[in-house]
This record gives sequence, structure tokens and C-alpha cells, in this order.
Amino acid sequence: MLLTVENAHKSYGALAVTKGMSFSVEEGETLGILGPNGAGKTTLFNLISGDVSLDSGIVHFNGQNITTLAPFQRCQSGIGRSYQVPHPFGNMTVFENLITAACFGGQMSEPEAYDVAEEVMNSMGLTSLANQQAGSMTLLNRKRLELARALATRPKLLLLDEIAGGLTEPEAQELVTELKKIKAKGTTMIWIEHVVHALLSIADRLMVVNFGEKLADGEPMSVMNDPEVKRVYMGIEA
Amino acid sequence: MTVHTQHINMTRTPLPILPISLGVLFLGTAITMPFWGQAYWLHEFVNISCFFIFAMMWNLLAGYGGMVSVGQQAFFGLGGYFVLAMGNLAGVSPFIGIPLAAILTAIMALPLSKLAFRLNGGYFAIGTWVIAEVVRLTVANISIVGGGSGTSLTAFRGVDRVFRQHMTYWIALTCVVATVALILLFLRSKQGLALQAIRDSEVAASSQGVDVIRMKLAVYVVAALGCGLAGALYFASNLRISPDAAFSVNWTAFAIFIVMIGGVGRIEGPIIGTFVFWLINHYLSDYGTWYLIGLGGLAIVMSLYMKDGLAGFIHRKTGKDFLSIKRIYRSK
Repeated sequence: MLLTVENAHKSYGALAVTKGMSFSVEEGETLGILGPNGAGKTTLFNLISGDVSLDSGIVHFNGQNITTLAPFQRCQSGIGRSYQVPHPFGNMTVFENLITAACFGGQMSEPEAYDVAEEVMNSMGLTSLANQQAGSMTLLNRKRLELARALATRPKLLLLDEIAGGLTEPEAQELVTELKKIKAKGTTMIWIEHVVHALLSIADRLMVVNFGEKLADGEPMSVMNDPEVKRVYMGIEA
Repeated sequence: MTVHTQHINMTRTPLPILPISLGVLFLGTAITMPFWGQAYWLHEFVNISCFFIFAMMWNLLAGYGGMVSVGQQAFFGLGGYFVLAMGNLAGVSPFIGIPLAAILTAIMALPLSKLAFRLNGGYFAIGTWVIAEVVRLTVANISIVGGGSGTSLTAFRGVDRVFRQHMTYWIALTCVVATVALILLFLRSKQGLALQAIRDSEVAASSQGVDVIRMKLAVYVVAALGCGLAGALYFASNLRISPDAAFSVNWTAFAIFIVMIGGVGRIEGPIIGTFVFWLINHYLSDYGTWYLIGLGGLAIVMSLYMKDGLAGFIHRKTGKDFLSIKRIYRSK
């Protein structure tokens, strides 16, 4: 297993957002996460990336207990993350955003980082925007950069938080094509998404989260046909 | 500067020729100034150098590190007190004492950072100010350095006045050049990327592998070093120190003014800002209260209509950065 989360608990005051969740992801696998708003999906990512610390529970990654590591250490150990709302380094160019990620997340020298940045820009279609200030870009391009920057850290595990949200249908298709290429290279992914058909086109496994608990976990189509999932997520009474 | 020819398609911004040649011209003129300039101008230059170095450090701290401190006068004052104490009590020549005082100030910043870093944003600003006040009150109770009424620098007794003025001037000039060069080189380095990333988004920087806490501590200590240097220089030149003068919040207020006018988070910002500040200070400071009201008014107008300062305005109009730290991508 590349990632194992055991009995994760997290509360904000009286509000329990993660209630003893356990799951794991195999190397090379793509896990899709679905769930209503406020179900605790992003919190789950925060617990894996270290932005939020666990109240109790253990996170193992790549054979190492990373429960107490800081976010930057988790990134360096191979967890790349994109945020739901893109956080570009707004006053830096696209190219500089990527070399920063490669230099620090990927722990490379600057010349090595330049090569990685170029490669990522080419594959993400950002080359023509290389010298543009990241803060001045359109939403689609900022989302692309968000993904590209996570890739530039050379992650073993990629956490994608609603990167298709707010995109038009052709844009979402383009993104899925990119993700398929990344998957083909063997990168493990966890993808939170409300654009269900995009998610289903790539996920090997689907997990549904509700009120901080795991509702279903398994083969995508059987999870989608689960009456409880239909009721909670799609509002269809069986 | 081309970085590694095997990666030929990427280049760094070339080191800017025009500003560098202007810099060399300025340096040539400046180095020889004691031989043809009046003592008044030498003294004026030393004073303004202190403001400049102090403002550069505030810009590094706030503009790049995102740490808006209102308490940098703590380090300015400590630098001053260290140089006077070493001179008067241990007989250390202030010419050697100035860099030593800066280093001692940086060491003091380590424990103080433990307090300051517990706070964030606006609380950090207030907290640093409180720390500076505590330092002021503490120093005012140390009778060996004159307590509340301060002391004079006696270590220069017997040193020829002209020699002292020339030496102080050259030290100031060296400090100015070293400050600009070090900050420029630092921001162009790999660590400079991390600092700019932190300035733009701390959350994203740490999610991209940047050790934000260590980086901020490094910047805080370096800024203390620079502020200590400025203070040491200022009081070695002015020969007299008191807690109220050394730890006045005005030092930081002027630095903020300089950086805001020049352009926050831009290396040229404090250079342009200091020049503007010097002009205003030199020609209008006789107007007393109105001068201060004017400075405040100008700062408000700038922050409303020209947030990126004069340096940012010039950049927008000409598309040029005069001391660029950008990395430019060129495709094959």
C-alpha cells in the first residue's frame, strides 16, 4: 500500500468532521472520492497533506509514518497537492511557479528544475504562458498551473481537489485526457470531484464520504448503484 | 547570465547593465566624496544610509517575508547600544564595533523571534512593537549605559575628527553597497524563489515543499542584523544615544513610509523611496507638524492609488525592472 489512513479523527470544537475513517490506496491506483458538500472530503486531504493535524489516528505513506510531519516534509516525501481554489504564486511567472515546486518539493538543483518545469509546461499546454504572471491568468489556466505545479514536485501520490469544478465540458475533457496520461505514467491519484462522469472515466475505485464517515468503498459502478449512495449523494430514494 | 549551457533554452534575466553602470558611476563619485565634499554632506549621507539600510530590511521582512513588523526599532536601538557599550566599556573601536554590534543584534533576534513568531498578521505587528517597548524599558534601567537619559560615545576621544568623519562615511558606503548586493544575490538565489513564494502564498509554499518557518526565521534574523547595522552606524556617527531616541517607533514608521512610496516587495522600492524621503526631509522638515501630516497624507494617497509604489509605477509604464530577479523562460 502506498497510503494508509487508520482510524482518523478530527474535530473542530464540537463538530466532528472526520469520524474514525480508515482507507488505503495502492501504488498506481486512482481513487475517486465523492460526497455531499461538507462531508469532510477536503479535510481528508488536509489530513493527508498535513495542512491540518489529526486528533488521533495514523497516516502511513510509502512505508513511513508521516502522521506528525509538516506539510513541506510530506510534499518532499512525495505527496503532491492541488487546492480546490488555486493558490498560485501570483507575482511570479508560470515558469517560476514550476521551478519553485521542483526545487523545493522535488528537492532538485535549479538547472534540473528548469528541465522539469519545461517538461511539465509542455505536457500541460502552458509553454506559451511561461513568462506570464500567474496571478493574471484565467481560471482554467490557474487550474492547469495548480496541477502542473503539483506535478513538478515529482509526486508519487497526487491529491486533486475538484480540479474540474467550474470548467466547461470541453475543458473538463481536456483535463481528463491529461490525467489519463499522468495515470499511465504510474502516478497514484486521489481525486475529489463533483463532475461525476469525469471522475468515473478514470477512477479505479470509488469512495463515498458522508458526515465524516465512509459510506461506500469499492468498484466504481457498484458504488454508484448502491441505494444508500443514491439516496445520500443524488437524493434518489430507493 | 546563462545558467548551465546544457540547459541552453532557459536563461536568467541578464544582470542589468544600465543600473550597474550608473551604480559604478555613483560609487566612483561616492568613494572620493570625502576629498571634495563638505563635512555636512558626509554626515547627511551617513544618516540617510541608516534610513536606507533600515528600509531595505523592512522591505525584506514585510515585502518578501510577509512579516509586517512595527518593532524593528528594537534592533536599531540594540545595534546602537551595542556599539556604544563596546566602545565605552570595553574600549572597542566603533569602526570594528559597528559590524560586531550588528552580529550581536542578530543573536538577540533568535530568542525574540520565539516570542514574536507565536503571533500572526496584525497581532505580529503589535507584538513586535510591544517587544521593542520592553527592550526600550529594559535598556532604560541599565545604569551602566546611562539609564533613561542615555550616554555619549567616548571611545572616539583622541581620534582626529576629520579622520573619524571620513571613516564613518566609508563604512556607511560599504554597508549600503553590501546591503544592496547581498539582498540582490539572495533574491536571485534558489532561496530567493522560496521567499517570493512565501510572499505570494504561505499555504501554497509549504504545500510545495518550502520550509516556511525556517525561511521566515532566517529572514527575521537577517533583518535584525541589517537593522542592528543601521543603528550601530547611526549612533556611532551621532555620538549620543538615549533609549527614547534609539527605540522610537518613528524609525519603523519612516521605514514603512520609504518602502510604501518606493514599492513594497520590490528591490528598487527602498532605493527610490529613500531618495524621495531624503528630498522631503531635507527641504520640508522645517515645517514641523505639517511635515509629518504631509508624510502621512502622501502615504495614504500612495496606498490608495499606487499600491505598488513608484518602482511599480515605473515598471508598469516602461515594462522594465531595473534590478530584476526574474527567471525568464525561452523556448527552443
